[in-house]
Order: sequence, then C-alpha cells, then structure tokens
Amino acid sequence: MSSATLKGPAAQAVGPTPRPSSKPRRSGAVGRQTAAAWILALPFAVLFLAFTAGPVLGSLGMSFTDMKQRDLRTPFAVNGVGFDNYVKALSDETFRKAAFNTAYFVVIGVPLTLVVALAAAVLLDKGVKKFQSLFRVGYYLPVVTSIVAVAVIWRFVLAPDSGLLNTVLGWIGIDGPNWLASKTWAMPSLIMMAVWRNFGSAMIIFLAGLQGIPHTVEEAGQLDGASAWKRFRYLIVPLLRPTILFTSVVTGIGYLQFFEEPFVMTQGGPLNSTLSVSMYTYQQFGFGNYSLAASMSYILFVVIAVLTFLQFRLLREK
Amino acid sequence: MRRWWIYLIAVLGLIAVAAPFVWMLLGSFKTDGELLRVPPTWLPEAPTNGNYSELFGKANFPRYFFNSTLVALVVTAGNLTFCSMLGYALAKLNFKGRTPLFVLVMGTLMVPGMVTFVPLFVLVTNAGLANSYPGLILPFLVSPFGVFLMRQFFAGLPDDLMDAARVDGTSELGIFGRIMLPLTRPALATLGILTFLGSWNNFLWPLVIAQTEDKYTLPVALALYSTGQNAQHYGLLMAGAVVVVVPVLVIFLAFQRHVTKGIAITGIK
Repeated sequence: MSSATLKGPAAQAVGPTPRPSSKPRRSGAVGRQTAAAWILALPFAVLFLAFTAGPVLGSLGMSFTDMKQRDLRTPFAVNGVGFDNYVKALSDETFRKAAFNTAYFVVIGVPLTLVVALAAAVLLDKGVKKFQSLFRVGYYLPVVTSIVAVAVIWRFVLAPDSGLLNTVLGWIGIDGPNWLASKTWAMPSLIMMAVWRNFGSAMIIFLAGLQGIPHTVEEAGQLDGASAWKRFRYLIVPLLRPTILFTSVVTGIGYLQFFEEPFVMTQGGPLNSTLSVSMYTYQQFGFGNYSLAASMSYILFVVIAVLTFLQFRLLREK
Repeated sequence: MRRWWIYLIAVLGLIAVAAPFVWMLLGSFKTDGELLRVPPTWLPEAPTNGNYSELFGKANFPRYFFNSTLVALVVTAGNLTFCSMLGYALAKLNFKGRTPLFVLVMGTLMVPGMVTFVPLFVLVTNAGLANSYPGLILPFLVSPFGVFLMRQFFAGLPDDLMDAARVDGTSELGIFGRIMLPLTRPALATLGILTFLGSWNNFLWPLVIAQTEDKYTLPVALALYSTGQNAQHYGLLMAGAVVVVVPVLVIFLAFQRHVTKGIAITGIK
C-alpha cells in the first residue's frame, strides 16, 4: 500500500507530462521500483552515513585540528592546525619505529602466509582426496577464533621453559629462545602466530582457484614432459595470478592493522620492538591525543589504499 | 607409495594447527603451579575445575558471555535485515542513484576500523551512548560486506519470478519480502554465521567503548585480564580462552559448509 501512495509523486518526477500510450504505465513501474528501492536502502543508508561514511570524513577533518580529550564534549570548538599532526607523527621516533615494525610484519608475514596457504592447498588438491574436507576444516579452524584468545594461548606456547614450542624444539636438540622477551625474536613470534592463524583463509581461496583449473592444462604439461615443479611453476601459478593477487591484498590489509597480537602478547615490547602503528595509534588515543591519533590512523589508511592499488597494478600487468 | 607421505605431511600440519587448542584445553584444568612446570606436563596431573569455578564465580565471566552473545545476536539480526534489503535493491531494482550507491558502499568495504574509531568514539560519547549496549551495537548493524554478499546472491536469481509477481499485482516490497528473500536462505545463513563470528571476536571497538566491567565483552575481558593483575594467573587465562574459543569452534563446525560457501561467493572472509 505504501507503494501505491508513493506512486503518484514518484511517477511525476520521472515524467511530468503523461502520455496516453503505455508510457505512463512504464514510468509508474519505474517509480514504484525507485520508491521501493529507497525504502529498502534507507535503514542501511542512515546507519552507514552515521557510523561509517561520517567517521571516515570526521577522522580526516579531526586530523587537521588540535582536538584532545578535554574537547570531547565540544568537538567543534577546536582549532585548525593544518598538517601539524602529520608532521608530528612522521617526525616522532616511536611512530617511525611502529611503522618499521608494521612493514616488517607485513613484508615477511604476507608472503609466508601465502606460501603456506598455497602449499596446503596444493597438498589437499593433489594428494589428499580422502578426508579432504576434514583437513580443510581443520586448517581453517584458527581463522574463526578470536585473535585475543589465540594470543593468550600462544603466550603459553611461546613461554621460555614451560612452553609447548621450546619443549618440541628440545626434542630435536634445539634450545629455543625466550621468544617474546627477545628484541630479535618477539616479532618473528608474532609473525609465526599470524601465519598459523590466517593461512587457512587464503588456502580456501587457493583451493577454489586450483579446482577451477581444467585438468587438460596439467595433462598438456605432462605430455610435454615437464616435471611436477615446472608444471606448477609455469602452468598453475600463472593461472592462479588473480587469486594470488586477491589473497595478497586481503591478507596485506589485515596485517597492516595488526593490533591484538602485540596488545596481548607483548604490549608492544620489548623496547617497542613489536609496537605496531595500530597499537601506537590506540595508545595516543588513550593519552587523549585524539587529533594525533586520527592523523596516524589516516596515514595507515592512505598506505593501505596505495598498497592495494599498487598490488592490483603490479599483478595485473604481465 | 607416494600417497602415504603426503598424508603424513597433512596429518603433521593438522597436529600443528590443533596443538595450541589442545594445549589450551588441557591447561585450563591445571593449576598455575603445574602450568609453570619444566618440563611441561601434557595431561593434567590432578585435574581441577578450580579455574572454571573462579571464572564463573568471582571473575564475572557469565556477564561477559551474556554481553558478547547479546551484541552478536543483535548485530547479526541487523545485518541480515538491512544488508539483504539494500542488496536486493542494488541487484534487482531499477532506480536512480543505484550505481553511485553501490560504488559508495564498495568504496568503504576495505576501510579499517582503525580509521574510524576516534571520531566514532566522539560521536557515540556525545550521543550519550558510551559504555552502553547501543554504543556497542549500533556501529556494526550494517556492513558493506553483507550488502556485497547479498547483492551477489540476489543477482543470481531469475527476474521471471519478479515479473510474474508484478503481473499478479504484488507490491514491490511484497516481492522482496515474500518471494525473493525466502530464496536467499543459504546466503542468509552464510552472512549470519560470518557476522556472528565477526562480532564475537571483535576487539578494538568494545575495548574503546566499554568502560566499566559490566559492559565488557569476552575478548575485552580476556585481554584486560591477561595484561592486568591476573597476568600471572595462567590457569584462569587458559580457561578464559576456552570460554572465548569453544563456542565459536562449535558454531563453525556445525555450520562450516556455509562459511566456506560465503568465501566462494565473495572471496572475502
């Protein structure tokens, strides 16, 4: 009934001078659809503008002001300071350290995750026909679990003497370090955990990609006498290029924001060696430096956007 | 010949994936003293449910569990409702503004929560919703991902059904609600589970907005316990991790078909 009441004005908007033929009926149909579409879009649009699109712009605006915690109740009574927050962030030694750590986490973590994911996908696709779904579900399990909980567990796995990892390493004669207390090993520990938790997600996508490649491709390679590795490297990997692109972008975006891992496992230490940009942004927010935190989050946002764009360009060509 | 070692690698991989969870489960029944033992024990020597009774007694975890469940259920209901509405409009209805709307929604698909949380905190605080359930819930009631998933699914349904219903005089909203929506049950199941899991595991926003203990969700409580005065209370933390992880594992194992299908539809977790 609401569409009947809305039909009139909407139809007028589409065609103000109705013709006697089938035209008015047609524009009436379009009007009804337009009205229905906006009714259906309205709740989303309101929530989306208020809680996503608005804050995206708000964050940008805030990053050019001197807003602090004391301005919380009067967010519009602040002064513009131009690019001061960006200058401050980029010349802050600790922020640079956090940026370096984040780059470290991404540059090592993303390729490692994809290699493990691809290896697992090939293993399941080629070798494990029986119980394949069991393995697929098993490898995917960590992806659905809370990073906070996983980080708590891994703190015990990585404990120096009573931990699971060093015990297992001890069996083969390796004296493992005190992972999380070492400036050298803390970051690799976080990367190791991230790979463990996330490879299942990329693996599922790779599996779908592999299953989409026709058998004739492999058979052609076999006829030409190419070894299994060469078939994989020169026939399968190029065909997986779009999938690899996609998983690297999605994994990269996630890793650039890593936060829970240092929050729970190291609090950014030792000596800021695992402090991430997200973690530092959160700390500045906690200190009440709202506009500085906003500028830091925007730097991260721009880096994410640029890297995503570059990855698409890079992998699309060739 | 070739088969067995492939299976061996696959099984070793599975053990590596599962070991931390098994370690967690076994550890939750150990005392703090046993958890510090060198070399560590596998099976608890004297299994105790002390960690759990403390967790559900003194530590107020039933409250956090309730908060997490309430938030996740409302967020899921919101996403199912609002994302399917817009997804349908974008996939099946002709209207002005369709393309810009779609571009706008997709443009924010990858916007990280990190970018929006500061102004969002200011907004929610000034709306008087800090440290409240609406404050925890409202920002997550809709998601671009949900719209994308539902739009993809609706786009795959035939137009004939709608045309037939129009000829019969069904209203546009009736076509959506009574004819098309029931056909998307598989997509709704996928979206529902992914949203529930995402909300259950969400951390940054609840950490920012839940200021008193009675509004903590499970991940917030666990993270603050593990970095606060209970940092050395290992058994309690293990049991806490079990309470956070096990419901999710159960839901995932029961509905895993839908989860992997969602990844196939959209390519995104």
